[in-house]
Amino acid sequence: MTPPLILGIETSCDETGVGLVRGTTLLANAVASSVDEHVRFGGVVPEVASRAHLEAIVPTMHRALDEAGCRLADVDAVAVTAGPGLAGALMVGVSAAKALAVALDRPLYGVNHLVGHVAAEQLENGPLTEPVVALLVSGGHTEILQVDDIATAAELLGQTIDDAAGEAFDKVARLIGLKYPGGPHIQRAAAEGDPAAIRFPRGLTAPRDMTRHRYDFSFSGLKTAVARWVETAEAAGKPVPVADVAAGFQEAVADVLTKKAVLACQERGVSTMVLAGGVAANARLRELTEQRCAAAGITLRQPRFSLCTDNGAMIAALGAAVVERGLPPSPLDFATDSSLPVTEVLVGAGQFS
Amino acid sequence: MLLLALDTSTPAVTVALHDGDRVVAESTTIAPRQHTERLMPQVTDALAAVGADRTAITEIAVGVGPGPFTGLRVGIAAGRTLGAALDLPVRGVCSLDVIAYAVVSGPAAPGPFLVATDARRREVYWAAYDESGRRTAGPAVDRAAAVRAQRGALPAAGAGAGLYADEFGTVLAPEHPSAAALARAVVDEAVEISAPDPLYLRRPDATPPAGRKSVLA
Ligand SMILES: [Zn+2]
Repeated sequence: MTPPLILGIETSCDETGVGLVRGTTLLANAVASSVDEHVRFGGVVPEVASRAHLEAIVPTMHRALDEAGCRLADVDAVAVTAGPGLAGALMVGVSAAKALAVALDRPLYGVNHLVGHVAAEQLENGPLTEPVVALLVSGGHTEILQVDDIATAAELLGQTIDDAAGEAFDKVARLIGLKYPGGPHIQRAAAEGDPAAIRFPRGLTAPRDMTRHRYDFSFSGLKTAVARWVETAEAAGKPVPVADVAAGFQEAVADVLTKKAVLACQERGVSTMVLAGGVAANARLRELTEQRCAAAGITLRQPRFSLCTDNGAMIAALGAAVVERGLPPSPLDFATDSSLPVTEVLVGAGQFS
Repeated sequence: MLLLALDTSTPAVTVALHDGDRVVAESTTIAPRQHTERLMPQVTDALAAVGADRTAITEIAVGVGPGPFTGLRVGIAAGRTLGAALDLPVRGVCSLDVIAYAVVSGPAAPGPFLVATDARRREVYWAAYDESGRRTAGPAVDRAAAVRAQRGALPAAGAGAGLYADEFGTVLAPEHPSAAALARAVVDEAVEISAPDPLYLRRPDATPPAGRKSVLA
C-alpha cells in the first residue's frame, strides 16, 4: 500500500515552503525566500517576512503540486509548522493550513519546526535509527536535540543562550565589511585565510560553564572579541586581514558546535548524529563534523542543502511520521507558539489519549 | 448561492454565510490576538449550523483592512487559500466600508460621517463617507486630531471613534466590522470590490542598520 500523501507548510522565518511527501519519499519541495528583501536591513525583519509569506503561500503551494504532478484532491493530510519561530510569520502558514485542511476535509497536524529539521533527513537517507543527536544550526536557532522517536519523543539538550550561529555570521560579516547573509560570504573569505592566525574565544567551554551550560552555546562574546580585534587593528592604523579574521571566526564557531555535539553523543550513548539547518551548508562545519564523528565512531547523517534550510518538505516528512504512527490530528483551534518546546513534537497530541 | 464572508481586521473575528436572500449564519467573537485560533472553527461551525458542506460555498469575500497586520493577514491567508483549494473567486472589501455600510443600513442615517478604527500607536485607520455610505476620502492612517483638523468633528463609527471621542462628533455604532454586513454589502453590490490584497497603509517597521558602534571603551 502506498503511504498517504502529506502536504507540509513552513513559514516560521523568511522562507515560505510547501513540500509533498509520501512516507519517507520526497515528491516536491517548493520554497520562496524573502532573503533579498532583508539584505538592506542586515537581518530578517519579521514584518517584511510575514508580508512575503502572505504573497508567496498560495503560489508556492501550486508550484509544489506541479512539481509532484499531484492535485490538491490527492492530498491525504496537511502538516504545518506550529512553532517555534516568528509569531506573525507562523500565523500566515497556520491560517493557510487550517483553511486548506477545511477546504479538503483532511486532518491537520501542527508540528514542531526543530523536529522537522531532523525528519528531513529521512527524505535523504531513509528511516532514522533512533536515538539520534541532532545539531541544528541556522540564522534563527542553534540547538542540540536528542530524538528518541521522531513522531513522539524529542528532548532539548542545549541551545544558544544569546545569538544563533547564523546571526553571529551575519554580525561578524558586517564588522569586516562583508555582505548579508554572512554565512556564504565569510566562508568565501575564510577560504583564503589561516584559521590559526587569530584565536578567537570558544563560548561556554570553560570548566565552570561546562557544568552549568554543558551543551549550550554563546556567540555574543565571540562577536565582541572579533569587533575588539578589528577595532584595535584599525586604531593602530593596520589593515584588517579580512580572510584571517573570517577563518579564525569560522573555526571558533565550527569547533565549539562540533565539540559539544560529539560530546552529547558520547555522554548519551548515541551513535548517530544528524546535522541540519542553514548553517550546515558551511563547508568547514561539515568537514569538522565529519572528522570528529569519524574519530568518535559516530555515524553522521545530513540531508542535501535544500533539505537543510527551512522548507515545507521537512514539515511534510514529520507529518508523515506522525500520521504513520496513527496519532490524532491537532484540533482546528490550535494556536501558534513562537517558543514551542521541542518536547511538543505534535501540537495537541496526548489531548485525546 | 452561498457566500462565505470573513473579516479579521479588528479584534472581532467574524464569519457569515449568505444564501443570496439573507444571512443564514453568522458568528463573531471578540478575540484580540486569537484570530488564528478562532477563524476556521467559526467557519466550520457556521457551515454546520446551516447543514452545509464546505463544497456548498460558491464565493468568498474577505475584509482587507486596514487593520493591525498580524490579525489582518489571518483572514486574507484563509480566504485566499480557501479560494484556491475550492476553486472559487475571492473578493476583497475595505473593512472600513463594511462599517460604513452597517451605518447607512441602520435606522438613523447620519449624513456625512467618518469611520475610524484603532490603528494603535495613537493613530486611527479612517475613511470619510457621504450620507449614502459612498467613500469620499481614505482609507488613511493618522492621528485622530489630524483627522479632525482635516474633516471637522463629524459623527464617526468604529472603535477608533470611541477611543478618541474628543476628536469626533457623535460616536456611532458599530465598533467593528461584521461579516454579516460584509456579506450583505457584497450581495447588494453596495461596496467597491477589490482583489483580496491587504491594505497595510504603513511600511514595515524596519530601519537599515546604523554605523558600527565601538566596543572599545
Ligand atoms: Zn529552521
